[in-house]
Amino acid sequence: MSAPTTPRAPLGSGAPRGPRPRRTRRAARAGHTAASARPRLLGRVAVNAVVGLSVLYTLLPVLWLLLASAKNRGALFRSDLLSLGDFSFADNLAALFAMEDGIYGRWYLNSLLYAVAGAAVSTMISVACGYAFDKYRFRGKEKLFGLVLAGVMVPPTVLALPLYLMASEVGMVNTFWSVFVPVLFNPFGVYLGRVFSQGYVPDEVLEAARMDGAGELASYFRVALRMLGPGLVTVFLFQLTAIWNNFFLPMVMLSDQKLFPVSLGLYVWNSAAVVTPDYYPVVISGSLLAVLPLIAAFVLLQRHWRSGLTAGSVK
Amino acid sequence: MSTAPTPAAPANTLAPAATSQGRTARTRGTARRRAMGACAALMTPFFVLLVLVFLVPVGGAVYLSFFSDDQPGLGFGPERTVFAGLRSYEAVLTDPTFLAGLGTTALYCLIYVPSMVALALLLALLLDSGAARLRRTAQLSLFLPHAVPGIIAAVIWLYLYTPGLSPVVELLGKGGVSLDLLGVDTVLPSIVNIAMWSNLGYNVVIFYAALQAVPRELTEAALVDGAGPVRTALRVKVPLVRSSGVMVVMFTLIWSLQLFTEPMLLSQATPVVGGRYTPNMYIYDAAFTRNNYGLAAAASVVLLAVTVALSYGLSRWSNRAGHASGSSEEGFG
Repeated sequence: MSAPTTPRAPLGSGAPRGPRPRRTRRAARAGHTAASARPRLLGRVAVNAVVGLSVLYTLLPVLWLLLASAKNRGALFRSDLLSLGDFSFADNLAALFAMEDGIYGRWYLNSLLYAVAGAAVSTMISVACGYAFDKYRFRGKEKLFGLVLAGVMVPPTVLALPLYLMASEVGMVNTFWSVFVPVLFNPFGVYLGRVFSQGYVPDEVLEAARMDGAGELASYFRVALRMLGPGLVTVFLFQLTAIWNNFFLPMVMLSDQKLFPVSLGLYVWNSAAVVTPDYYPVVISGSLLAVLPLIAAFVLLQRHWRSGLTAGSVK
Repeated sequence: MSTAPTPAAPANTLAPAATSQGRTARTRGTARRRAMGACAALMTPFFVLLVLVFLVPVGGAVYLSFFSDDQPGLGFGPERTVFAGLRSYEAVLTDPTFLAGLGTTALYCLIYVPSMVALALLLALLLDSGAARLRRTAQLSLFLPHAVPGIIAAVIWLYLYTPGLSPVVELLGKGGVSLDLLGVDTVLPSIVNIAMWSNLGYNVVIFYAALQAVPRELTEAALVDGAGPVRTALRVKVPLVRSSGVMVVMFTLIWSLQLFTEPMLLSQATPVVGGRYTPNMYIYDAAFTRNNYGLAAAASVVLLAVTVALSYGLSRWSNRAGHASGSSEEGFG
């Protein structure tokens, strides 16, 4: 529970007034609590009750999704999810993948391709740029970085329609690339790349590599990139989430169902459910399957995204 | 806590001056050229993207917003694009549905932003207070909805709002409360709730990280001075995480202006949410229902301008306020 979030330490050391190491604070706090102002029992109960209620608020809808996708249609429409019978998870999954000739599988693969490949390429591009911002000096650098920060301030949704108008000029609408290329643009990744590069890659190491006769790019790819590992995971994970959750851009760009990501496909099915209730169960189990990979990634890679958020906020 | 990439950042450069003095000017020049070549190679892919998917589309949208398609008859036959000047802007800014959308968004922000900041800060303070148990697990659980795509969050909550499907509505009904969660007055709070559910944990983690960086001496001193835990939290901790607060407000606000996914999905289920409920839905409607690209482009430019103005204004304001209060913390831009 109290494992220190290690990735923060090097980040802190990169910033002039970085957060203090947490260990000392924790130890001191423990001693302090034992000593005097131990929070009163009532306060303690109240604090935990509020936190507990909030946790229920965030978890119960996910639990509902889980139960709803495990139950058969009858139970779903009777709002009868807590009884022990009526389980038909396997049937629901079979129905999901049989619907409309199994197009859901296709959507899922599309989403994986857009998100995994897109996030990987995007991370390499952004972090390389952030690293260059940190390690090299040239005239107008901070102005150029200001442009990157301006990009952070402009949410991708605002760009979706302008992108569509451009793509239709060059005949790129309704293609894989029309969704894949725009999501590679991740200015926040450049910002994080610069922060991480400052924290993780000491200049002395690069200087040593240079003395050994390594080229500039070689020392980036062989030395720096390895040290940037944890930062890469953070940038990758957040871009993966952003692309997986992307809805407006594909909705604007795509009309061919075979190119849809899961998010757009489920939206279309949900519209159909208004007319044909047969779609309700498949939308629910489809949603569950679409949520699982990201939840798994966030639970498994906790320390990484925590450090990323910290770098992005505490600065 | 200070912004890493400020111009005052230590010059950790690989410029020739840093290399050994024994080299001649010529090799130094070569090293410098090599360094710049590598720098360009590392930066080029990103800036190509920046031009391709940021500058060009924005420029293109501004350009297109000055033109309008004259479509003879029912839209068949050759289109003629004619210069329309500011006509599209005039049409957008005098369109009651667009203004209503802006109004809806403003009301949404008015409900959403303060309650988000208050709740996220409260939870972070509670988690930081030392009285909370299972802090990491609680944070992870609160954060989890961030991993749920917006459209799926909307699907889940739509079902939880729909009578006949929802255990919540049924439970309320059994308790004698009949509440139409998709009615005229309730649909906006219902949308706020979806956004709150999705983003609360994210902001809690941000605030919590900032609180962890508050020097312990300060809270200790406050306790020694006889301030209770609540006073310490409000008087000592909250002012010190102000810069994180500004960032949370800024990003919440900017993203609120983009409201699209949730109302778009709810519009399938309730007539209260029309096709032009928010500015982004207006843009989508203009482009794909009415096929009026000039109008859609103009509305996009208006939305972009409002977004940029807000974020610029907020970061300027936070910087000034930061300097005024003697803090060296900088805003995000």
